[in-house]
Amino acid sequence: MHDVHAPAAHHGPPTTFISKHVFSLDHKVIGKQYYAMALVAAFIGMFLSWAMRIHLAWTNAAIPGLQILSPNGAPGGVMTPEYYLQILTMHGTMMVFFVLTTAPFAAFGNYFLPIQVGAEDMPFPHFNMMSFWVTFVAFLTLCAAFFVPQGPPLSGWTAYAPLSAIGPVAGPGEGTGQILWAASIGLFCIGQLLGSLNFISTTLDLRAKGMSLMRLPLSAWAWFITSCIGLTAFAVLLPGCILLILDHVAGTSFFIPGGLVLNDQLQSAHSGGSTLLWQHLFWFFGHPEVYIAIVPAMGIVSHVLITNMRRPMLSHRALLYSMIAIGFLSYVVYGHHMFVSGMNPFSALVFSFPTLVITIPATIITLIWLGSLYGSQLRINSASLFALGFVSMFISGGISGFFLAQPSLDILLHATYFVVGHFHLVMGVAAMFGIYAGTYFWFPKMFGRMMNETWGKVHFWMSFVGAYCIFMPFHYLGIAANVRRYSAFVDDYLQPLIPVHKFITIAALFTGFAQMIFLFNFLHSLWFGEKASDNPWEGTSLEWSTKTPVPWNNFDTIPVVYHDPYQYGVESSTGDYVMQASPEQVKTLHDEA
Amino acid sequence: MATTVHEQPKLKPSREPGKWQPDLGGGGRIPVPADGPMRSLKDFSEPPASTAMWVLIAAIVMSFAAFTSALVVRQGGAPDWRHLTLPPILFLNTVVILLSSVSLEITRRQIGIRMSARSVRSGKPALWLGATAFLGSLFIAGQYAAWLQLRAQGLYMSTSPNSSFFYLFTVLHALHVLGGMIGLLYVGVKLERMTLRRSTLTAMCRYWHFIGILWLYLLYILWARI
Repeated sequence: MHDVHAPAAHHGPPTTFISKHVFSLDHKVIGKQYYAMALVAAFIGMFLSWAMRIHLAWTNAAIPGLQILSPNGAPGGVMTPEYYLQILTMHGTMMVFFVLTTAPFAAFGNYFLPIQVGAEDMPFPHFNMMSFWVTFVAFLTLCAAFFVPQGPPLSGWTAYAPLSAIGPVAGPGEGTGQILWAASIGLFCIGQLLGSLNFISTTLDLRAKGMSLMRLPLSAWAWFITSCIGLTAFAVLLPGCILLILDHVAGTSFFIPGGLVLNDQLQSAHSGGSTLLWQHLFWFFGHPEVYIAIVPAMGIVSHVLITNMRRPMLSHRALLYSMIAIGFLSYVVYGHHMFVSGMNPFSALVFSFPTLVITIPATIITLIWLGSLYGSQLRINSASLFALGFVSMFISGGISGFFLAQPSLDILLHATYFVVGHFHLVMGVAAMFGIYAGTYFWFPKMFGRMMNETWGKVHFWMSFVGAYCIFMPFHYLGIAANVRRYSAFVDDYLQPLIPVHKFITIAALFTGFAQMIFLFNFLHSLWFGEKASDNPWEGTSLEWSTKTPVPWNNFDTIPVVYHDPYQYGVESSTGDYVMQASPEQVKTLHDEA
Repeated sequence: MATTVHEQPKLKPSREPGKWQPDLGGGGRIPVPADGPMRSLKDFSEPPASTAMWVLIAAIVMSFAAFTSALVVRQGGAPDWRHLTLPPILFLNTVVILLSSVSLEITRRQIGIRMSARSVRSGKPALWLGATAFLGSLFIAGQYAAWLQLRAQGLYMSTSPNSSFFYLFTVLHALHVLGGMIGLLYVGVKLERMTLRRSTLTAMCRYWHFIGILWLYLLYILWARI
């Protein structure tokens, strides 16, 4: 509901190219900017994963172009073990922060949250613009690490201390590269905090008349929950990054213990620091980060599925409350990342229990999806296929989580490819499928044109089959004790597993090729796609009430909301649905029976 | 072909006996009649500035909670923890920042009287706002003097974990005070142009009082732990 004293948009229509497309205050442009950045980051991340996969399968193979990126790290195109870890670090950082956080949350959330709640814009457009540009500077700062003399850091996306804190003696990239990494992530935290501030106040204060909280679409709820998680998680990672930078540049010893010997050199300048402190600060953010990636995808997928099933979920409220429960529980499970860190075994038990408990709301959500899909006449299109793919990946990746939640099993599996398979499926691929579902679904509203459905389906099937071919064998490799983070498998017991790695690499190249198809479809449809109508999917929420392309202030007149978000299966003048903003009085088809 | 029997929409009793209303579960199957009850319909919601300020305060609280837990973890089991004596000027600075909160409250009252149009010329809010900003500057200058005192004793950021945390807490807090002074400047400009919103002023006051309370908390931590 509007505060009569505070209009939603504090800015008029943009008048110059710069104010319209570059330093725009419009949440829709900012959403597109986030999406474009995520797209670039996703392809950088994917090329890095290709380089890693080729190296793992054919260790001595020269990768064309790699020697240009780093003559020292990849002489003649063959990467050194250190450079493998540097690429691994950049792949993880790029994907987790600049793709999985920005695309489903910041990109789609920026574009659609104000529209779905019935607002003209976010309440603080300048902060919103700053949010993107600070994040963009963070992205450039991270990319800059490729081009400093020693290259990017090699301490992984988790940047475990003391290696990440001690400086160049810890290896290539641990000097300037690591500082750039910490600065980038610190800036990223600031950007996302500014974004969360806008998301929360938009949802709470700028809802149109009649839009009670329970009438918000599930996607809007997901962005709201995520912004609450992000607010607290990023506010803890930021201090961690500040302390890490101080250890590098100010000579402090927050994370560096005394008596540390690295490369035969005693690190006498430091004393007393706690290596576990970094892990606590990092994982207090790190585990909620998993839900920052997956909860928006859950909301998007639910929204897409409902529209294509033409009926609401079995229980809207149970699904919603389960998402909220996941948000709360995400803070008390982080210690399960530290089972092998030397924590007190009783702490492991304390963290193991909520980890198992969090599977309950996750299972409730999954069962609601499956139960709702059962017997529905789902409209098959690229968006709904990717939504189904998300459910599939979420289940496949989630099941291995049950094993890893138990310290006794995790101790054995922690440093193996089992964990890599688990988090890639449940967090990486699942969230990517959520992003794709959202892209195919909202592309017509965002860009005014339809994406090609045939190529969309080809993209889906290649990605779906390819992703399983990559990540399912990882579990097998893990059970066979194939350690992760190794750049080559020269031990006797690992040699027989190399054919599996070759298969995975071929699958990775195949799946990556499918993403090229997506990129081509995306770019081609931007200019040559069929013109989209205002409501091509016959949706009910407010984004489908407004025109395509969406006017700068979203609505010609601010809508009044009369209905719950998913009124499908009714008899109305428009068909089997009634839009939230329609004052039409309708009855369910059930009333006819 | 078997006949499918559909359930009728479920009804639940309303609070008024004898009157039945449909169950309007979110996303449920039962449509809300166009002229039906508009749940939670109200004409007023919190101004976004108020919500945003609470959100900002929550984020800052989380950050300083993280720094505090870092201090506790770092102190536990570390052999290099050496207590240092706090520069006495910190206590004077505390009085200054508390006084600035008082002067900002006076500013708010005077602006409130003007906004209620009881008297457009009543009071001198700009003067009191300026006094608040002056006291804020005095606080930062006082903190700077404290840093100089430590430096004179040979205590730098990297000297010991205690001095590291001392500089960390005080510098970060001073940055938050600086941010607050930019906010005061913004309020002053809006006040001059007669475009100040009550919600902006309330949010600004809330922030300023918060950084005062934050300082009291940090002073306690510094006194008890460092």
